[in-house]
Amino acid sequence: MSLTPEKAQAYWKENIRIILSYLAVWFVVSYGCGILFIEQLNAIPFFGFKLGFWFAQQGSIFVFCGLIVAYAISMNKLDEKYDVHE
Amino acid sequence: MATQDILNFVFIGASFALYIGIAVWARAGSTKEFYVAGGGVPPLANGMATAADWMSAASFISLAGIISFIGRDGAAYLMGWTGGYVMLAMCLAPYLRKFGKFTVPDFVGDRYYSDTARLIAVVCTIIISFTYVAGQMRGVGIVFSRFLHVDINTGVILGMAIVFFYAVLGGMKGITYTQVAQYVVLILAFTVPALFLSFQITGHILPQTGLGAALADGQSVLATLDGLSTELGFAEYTAGKKSTLDMFFLTAALMCGTAGLPHVIVRFFTVPTVKDARSSAGWALMFIAILYTAIPGVAAFGKYNLINTVNGADKTGTAYSEMPTWFKNWENSGLIGWKDYNGDGKVQYAAGKAFEGKGKPAFVGGVDDESARGQYGERLTTNHFESNKPVGNAPFANEIYVDRDIMVLANPEIASLPGWVIALVAAGAVAAALSTAAGLLLVISTAISHDLMKKVVNPNITDKQELMYARLAAIVAICIAGYFGINPPGFVAIVVALAFGLAASSFFPAIIMGIFMKRMNSQGAIAGMVVGLGSTMAYIIYFKFMGGTKDELFMGISPEGFGTVGMILNFITAIIVSSMTPPPPAEIQAIVEDIRIPRGAGEAHDH
Repeated sequence: MSLTPEKAQAYWKENIRIILSYLAVWFVVSYGCGILFIEQLNAIPFFGFKLGFWFAQQGSIFVFCGLIVAYAISMNKLDEKYDVHE
Repeated sequence: MATQDILNFVFIGASFALYIGIAVWARAGSTKEFYVAGGGVPPLANGMATAADWMSAASFISLAGIISFIGRDGAAYLMGWTGGYVMLAMCLAPYLRKFGKFTVPDFVGDRYYSDTARLIAVVCTIIISFTYVAGQMRGVGIVFSRFLHVDINTGVILGMAIVFFYAVLGGMKGITYTQVAQYVVLILAFTVPALFLSFQITGHILPQTGLGAALADGQSVLATLDGLSTELGFAEYTAGKKSTLDMFFLTAALMCGTAGLPHVIVRFFTVPTVKDARSSAGWALMFIAILYTAIPGVAAFGKYNLINTVNGADKTGTAYSEMPTWFKNWENSGLIGWKDYNGDGKVQYAAGKAFEGKGKPAFVGGVDDESARGQYGERLTTNHFESNKPVGNAPFANEIYVDRDIMVLANPEIASLPGWVIALVAAGAVAAALSTAAGLLLVISTAISHDLMKKVVNPNITDKQELMYARLAAIVAICIAGYFGINPPGFVAIVVALAFGLAASSFFPAIIMGIFMKRMNSQGAIAGMVVGLGSTMAYIIYFKFMGGTKDELFMGISPEGFGTVGMILNFITAIIVSSMTPPPPAEIQAIVEDIRIPRGAGEAHDH
């Protein structure tokens, strides 16, 4: 491996940044929309659902799937940028 | 034998032949094949196998029913058991794959350069997996007894025999490819009746959109359910009953527990590269989401249908003689019970218990003796109340017990689907239970042969001997699991609380800190695991076994959600202790540097 310690450090920093930004979305849709602010969101109708209820029982799961896909794509790009892919 | 029984036999038999065929084809020849399928499983196949591994008899048979009866709060399970995969994909799987050993105790023991840490991890793995597997074996027995009319114990032994065959012979390699087949069987078995049910009730084919659709009268399914529920003395279906704090902690415990369960983590050791570990987590969650996003629909349609069938269009109840066949079939199986409290010959469903004690009917002569019949032909029960009063503003008292599993098991009959669909549901339920049981048994056998025998007791054993120990351990584990399936100990009911609580409060923090905190040392990690594990176990045991009451709960947090508190205590203890003790040696810090960079994962290597 030809990765210098500085580059490894930079790669790890970017990795953490990517993870944190996706986990922020993860937290907002599940704990935020589905639990903490569910009552407020329930005032909004959404295709026959109350919006908070929809996030709690369905919406958050769709977002989770999207998040992992987006994460995998971002990381593949990052791996190529730092030339650490296989 | 009835036609339906023959169909059930054919479907379950055919699925078994398929699993055995795969097991013979995928025999394991080395420990690497036995533990991690040689590290060569394609990410898509691993995603399917993970989904089958993950979705147990409880997900398949019980979850829709749980949500049917508790309504909105069921979201803790839906989000908890899927959201954990986001953490798994981003914070654990890629780095553990790069680390590239065989087991979770491998990582904990090597990263914290300590056999004490390794042993704690082995003990946790075994406790978590055994509590979990006992429920699966029982599940196999119950499904057999319901669909094939054999004794539950015979069912458990049949299940043991089949798992024995492919887990002992094929190890991870055999399990992986049977799980792929089991996923296909279980997802078809769940979605086919769900699609028909959704279409019949809402006109939408997908239960995901059907749940938001309008019924014939223009009102949406959920609004109708809310209305019906309040009329009958229940809380609104879309209203929450648990406190926000409790929901938060319960969801977090289930998520972190999911991310920390050894039989799930180990699946990510089987793919070729770090990139594959990430994409495979994505596939796994998508395959799981197909079932999990259909569940809220099935739950709501089931409840709506139950209320309508029982109380009828005029909402006064339906005469027992006019109840549909599925109602009487499942009454014969003991999952439904009726006591005509008001003596009008009509069945009525409302809030409140219809039977004394836990609310389940005790049938005259026992569950299997279907001969004792009352004046309408209903099964006689012994544990009714003297009189039963309506709850709240309900128009009548509740007269029936409905087991939550009905919501999935009776779907094909409710939707008037042909017999082969019922047989498919039977095969799907068996597949869900067997796939999870096999994954757990493999983790137990690996923990014993690899982490205990090879790493602690006798490092000099050869690969062949280790493989033999692994197979022996698998045999012993199957026998113990079968024993618990036949004589279920009281703790099976608290499997969820225990397994997830322990995983969340022990492994999850230890692994996260092992990857993200280079400074974390063995003293900190061990102290953290001991505190997290101890506090969570003490809390669960106090409230589940020693009769702790509701008002003694810490901040109103239910025992199922306490794993989150244990996890926080684990993190805090570990950080404090590690800051007062020397940093880990340079070579350990080098390992941490190394697992953060994807290149060079190659195959899972032997040591």
